[in-house]
Amino acid sequence: MSASPSGKPSRVGDTPLVRRTLITLVLLVGAVLVLAPLIVIFAQAFSLGVGAFAATIAEPDTRHAIMLTVIVALIAVPVNTAFGLAAAWAVTKFDFPGKRLLIVIIEIPFSISPVVAGVAYLFVYGLQGVFGPALADANIQILFALPGIVLASMFVTAPFVARELIPLMQAQGRDLEEAATSLGASGWRTFWSVTLPNIRWALLYGVVLCNARVMGEFGAVSVVSGNIRGQTNTLPLHIELLYHDYQTAGAFAAASILTVLALVTIVAKVLLERQGAGRRSRVSVAAPVLLAEGQRP
Amino acid sequence: MKIRLDNVVKTFDTFRAVRGVSLEVASGELVALLGPSGSGKTTILRMIAGLEYADGGAIYFDAEDATAISVRDRGVGFVFQHYALFPHMTVAENIAFGMKVSKVKRSKTAIATRVSELLQLVQLEGLADRFPTQISGGQRQRVALARALAVDPKVLLLDEPFGALDAAVRRDLRLWLREIQEQLGITTLFVTHDQEEALDLADRVVILNDGVIVQEGSPQDVTRRPNSAFVTRFLGDTNRLFGRVAGGRAEIDGQAIAAPGLADGAAEIYVRPGDLDWSRSGEGMAATVTRVIDRPDSRRVLARLANGDAVELDVSPETDVARGDAGFLHIRRASVFAAPR
Repeated sequence: MSASPSGKPSRVGDTPLVRRTLITLVLLVGAVLVLAPLIVIFAQAFSLGVGAFAATIAEPDTRHAIMLTVIVALIAVPVNTAFGLAAAWAVTKFDFPGKRLLIVIIEIPFSISPVVAGVAYLFVYGLQGVFGPALADANIQILFALPGIVLASMFVTAPFVARELIPLMQAQGRDLEEAATSLGASGWRTFWSVTLPNIRWALLYGVVLCNARVMGEFGAVSVVSGNIRGQTNTLPLHIELLYHDYQTAGAFAAASILTVLALVTIVAKVLLERQGAGRRSRVSVAAPVLLAEGQRP
Repeated sequence: MKIRLDNVVKTFDTFRAVRGVSLEVASGELVALLGPSGSGKTTILRMIAGLEYADGGAIYFDAEDATAISVRDRGVGFVFQHYALFPHMTVAENIAFGMKVSKVKRSKTAIATRVSELLQLVQLEGLADRFPTQISGGQRQRVALARALAVDPKVLLLDEPFGALDAAVRRDLRLWLREIQEQLGITTLFVTHDQEEALDLADRVVILNDGVIVQEGSPQDVTRRPNSAFVTRFLGDTNRLFGRVAGGRAEIDGQAIAAPGLADGAAEIYVRPGDLDWSRSGEGMAATVTRVIDRPDSRRVLARLANGDAVELDVSPETDVARGDAGFLHIRRASVFAAPR
């Protein structure tokens, strides 16, 4: 074995040059592509002062857009979480014909452009669409209203939770559930006390991704919402509108709100993860103490 | 609890995993299901547990037809090959799980008392608050057993119970499991592909191949009187020699071996390495030593017969033999089967 001048043999691809170049490159790209634009958003949002920022946020249309975005997320995320859980469960715990097809169907929204999804909904629920006339007769408005926005958002984010769960649940297999059932647990009990605790971090991650995407979805929602200011404009659509109206500071202020919403979800995820990870390490540290207590009669 | 399987059949897609298995396990008996992978032994165990439903036939627990009873209500303790301990629960929580979810309500103190009893039984007092990742493989195995025993199962089923452990731990746990089983008197079935494990542990060994039982009996029965070439080969190292049967005797290189009831014709003669004697001169099959392997309790001699066949034999550690030596092999004991056509 040949040793480098420093005395330690270097592992494959681990020479100082390679290491330093890689780290610099990644840091640089991360800063330029991700961090810098975020900083710009907040700088621009407050460029006309805190007062202007507050005024933009207080503006009724902006407030409405924020509310609408949150409402859509509150509906779409739980529904897609339930769907993702059900789909992952079905795919990993049961054998049935069409299983592979189901996996492909779940993946479709990942590969289809959201605009296409929006247009498709237009053809299904629009006045000239398949269900359009029937819906109009029943006085149910799907398009250019909340239901359409929720549906389009759900289409786009359908794979997020399932995609996080399927590989994990596949790796875990059916042993744990079988063990719980053989010990006498009901299906419901098994799910709550055995399955869910073992997939919770993947589930949480899926929910966070799903939420971020629902709040940020532009293309599909833009087609089905009709961009009615103060009525069907979600935050991303409102940002674009403000920008085209040359209200740059307003656009950046709204964008900063959307960014904050996303950051809140990520921070929430990190906090929850810490708490979860804490349980195990706490127990292992505290084990000797508990043990001593347990030995007392 | 007596278990009876009546012509049980199981097919996965097109693969016939179990084809008509009938078996009786007496109350309190410890039985090994032994077979190579794909022989259907695990499927049989899972059907007895209710984790898999039989496509045909019936499974009885005592007089009760258990075929359609769900795993939840069947009252079996199942120990999984990879233990399947709940990773998010402590050892104590794992053991208590069955009692907590049971339809029979137990008080918290009753559960805690039972958990500490079981921990004592499996000699893991003091590990109650560890998580499964914080204990060794052998300890996990014992937790899995305690968890299965906690709900007072009528039957204990173990799937390759020692498969994932290293040799030393495996031997200890084997003896220990035998002790616990005798102490509790619980009807126990376990699956293994390791013949040594089956012979060490079981009252009765059931040998499976291709989804059918090929032989069953006490360890003594199956080792001394294997009923087929498959069983002979599966139970341990063996040499296959070719000879002829005439008048109930097999002939090979001038040595005669009793082969009662066998029709005249070509025969396979199976000889275990320990059943061959080595001598420098005398009678028997001429052979040349190609290699000697030293083991703690014997020397394994690899030799080649005059017809080119390789044979292996075990000699005592004191035997003076080396590569290139020529000598003679005498068959002390052998099993003879008609050669397959």
